[in-house]
Amino acid sequence: MSEVSFHTFRAGAALAIANPHLQSAVDGATLKFRNDRRRALADLPDVEAMRDHFKAMRAATLANLGEHLEQFERQASAAGAHVHWARDAAEATQIVINIARQHGARLAVKAKSMTSEEIHLNAALDEAGIAPVETDLGEWIVQLAAESPAHIVVPALHKTRQQVAELFTREVGRPLSADDIPALTEEARRALRQKFLAAEIGISGANLGVAETGSIVLVTNEGNGRMVSSVPPVHVAIMGIEKVCPTWDDAAVWLELLARSSTGQPLSVYTTAITGPARESDADGPRVLHIVLYDGGRGGILGTGYEEVLQCIRCGACLNHCPVYQEIAGQTYGHAYSGPIGAVLVPLLHGLEQYEALPHASSLCGACLEVCPARIDLPRMLLDLRAEEVTRGIIGPPEQAVEKSAAWLLGQRRLFGLLTDAGRIFQRPLVGKDGLRVPRRLNPAQERRLPTLAPRSFHALWDELAAEAETAPAATPPRKAARKSSRGRMAALIGASALPLAVLWHLLRRRGRKER
Amino acid sequence: MTSAKRVAIMVTCMVDQVMPEVGVAAVRLLRRAGYTVEFPAEQTCCGQPFFNSGFRAQAADLAKRSLDIFEPYDAVVLPGGSCAAMIRKEYPHLLERWPGGVARAEALAARTYELSEFLVHVAGWQPAPAAGAPRVTYHDSCHMNRLLGLGAESRALLSAAGCAIVEMHESDRCCGFGGVFSIRIPEVSNAMTQEKVRRADATGAEVLVSADPGCLMQMRGFAHQTGMRLAHLAVLLEELTR
Ligand code: SF4
Repeated sequence: MSEVSFHTFRAGAALAIANPHLQSAVDGATLKFRNDRRRALADLPDVEAMRDHFKAMRAATLANLGEHLEQFERQASAAGAHVHWARDAAEATQIVINIARQHGARLAVKAKSMTSEEIHLNAALDEAGIAPVETDLGEWIVQLAAESPAHIVVPALHKTRQQVAELFTREVGRPLSADDIPALTEEARRALRQKFLAAEIGISGANLGVAETGSIVLVTNEGNGRMVSSVPPVHVAIMGIEKVCPTWDDAAVWLELLARSSTGQPLSVYTTAITGPARESDADGPRVLHIVLYDGGRGGILGTGYEEVLQCIRCGACLNHCPVYQEIAGQTYGHAYSGPIGAVLVPLLHGLEQYEALPHASSLCGACLEVCPARIDLPRMLLDLRAEEVTRGIIGPPEQAVEKSAAWLLGQRRLFGLLTDAGRIFQRPLVGKDGLRVPRRLNPAQERRLPTLAPRSFHALWDELAAEAETAPAATPPRKAARKSSRGRMAALIGASALPLAVLWHLLRRRGRKER
Repeated sequence: MTSAKRVAIMVTCMVDQVMPEVGVAAVRLLRRAGYTVEFPAEQTCCGQPFFNSGFRAQAADLAKRSLDIFEPYDAVVLPGGSCAAMIRKEYPHLLERWPGGVARAEALAARTYELSEFLVHVAGWQPAPAAGAPRVTYHDSCHMNRLLGLGAESRALLSAAGCAIVEMHESDRCCGFGGVFSIRIPEVSNAMTQEKVRRADATGAEVLVSADPGCLMQMRGFAHQTGMRLAHLAVLLEELTR
């Protein structure tokens, strides 16, 4: 049973495409991000060189990840933080729950953290009797709606203002107008402020961790990250092991590319560096800081052909530029990581069998590679994952048979010519002036007109075209010339053998709709 | 090149079967540019559909076949950016495990050209301005644009032939085809194509031009919703330079 099969993915996509609110919200937001990113990068003197440098730095860090992580642990511990290592989601959530229990926590405020989404921390906290409250506005909206994030940077990007007003109205029990944005934010601020003050523990992610000083860096635009990490007496930060950065010089490049690629800002509004818990002399701040270094399958990607994917800094540029993502938004991907990065990363972290459709959720247009600050070659990895699905038999026998017979047939020029000529004859009753007519189940989008085989192939036209070279260039294409009838009869005879292929083709089309 | 004025055309399987007029136009343009065009009749498919759906062994077999067929020629020209990109960018590593494969693939890649690229950079051909040339908008197909870095060539040829080019919003946005993608996830593919065609139509251009048969076939599925004509670059240029 696949989490995201072709069936579930297509069904989810169809819903998203048919949802006008989602369409207008996603179109507007992603377009704004694309424009802002372009402008923000144009301000840099040599952004291409900077990206090359950044990629090299990320690759070098991953090549020696163990060393950098150990240095990070040493420095963070020296600064007074408690460092934990979690192999999988169960370990990570248990560590957080134990810390919360130790401090008698009933309420946890959270800053946006994709890693905590990845380990389903909220559900685990709920079960342990600790109420998690998201304090990033977008995450909070998604939490109120009981949904999962639709974007790795902007979780509620798929919601319109009206939908947000409805959710807030329900939460505060008073009607709120969608047109009064200041009132909406004020309402959110009031509700969240109380939570900040009441919470015994603050939980955040970490955009990166700087090994030379053992610091973690949080990037937010609402300041909620700063509140989460400074108001409650205990702060727990969960960081994927790939987010370690050797030096502050490296971090400067990282932060600049992150903000510009992500939201088109020169720097995010709040960039918070945290080195250890509050000192004795500090007036406020958490007295206890825990850092959970989370593997969750990342270690297993190291040293494979997919290692490059760990260079990702979750800027979201690949989502904003992906034409597939723009049509369907994030929830269709069935995981907190969506878009091109999700399509590669999720099957690697959780199993290709579980997420068989994701490597196919791309037209391989290459927009993601073009904009990725680390130039991660996501299209190459999508292709590699597809090839793995074939060799590991995740793509089933019917499709394998279709593809293999088609490829074999294309290696037999004469037979291919005869079969396609037969197709020209057999398609005739099905060809209307609006293209090939097939039953609705074979062309669910009836507004799409299907292509037909041309009356004559280029191969059949070549002799006349070759003769044309000797005379003056003809003004009309030689396509109206008479069909060679012997060839037509021959083709009709052979045509019957096209039937098995047609049946297999039909199976391939049906597979996507089958409940699995 | 030993005899610079002789080229082989690889029409691609889609042009062969679905839109042969593109191949016809490409051949005529190459002749007008002063070349003798050969058509190696054994050709079928470059293997890209199989490469893109993960069937690497099958793609490699078709790649080897294409190597055998096209190696004897000094230059190979394709009226399709995506297939040209397949030969240029994918063959060398696809044939990595085949003894001698990389060297042979790289040698062929170095002699393989997309049509507009060949006309502009190798032939140095320029169409004369035609009276009554239409207002056009040009779709930058993904592999041609991002893998081969081509697009300015098509526009230069269209302008020289007298066309006014009206750019659409994000001309480099994918048309939604993606080969096997359009079969596996048709809902999304179709939605992408409709968006693309809408944006092209919004320019008010008379003709939506693409240099890629795949994109053209996909967009034609929805073009009836507009009044635009959809034409391959070669077909339009051929008409304008008669
Ligand atoms: S893959 Fe690249 S573009 Fe996508 S989120 Fe990661 S860093 Fe950003």
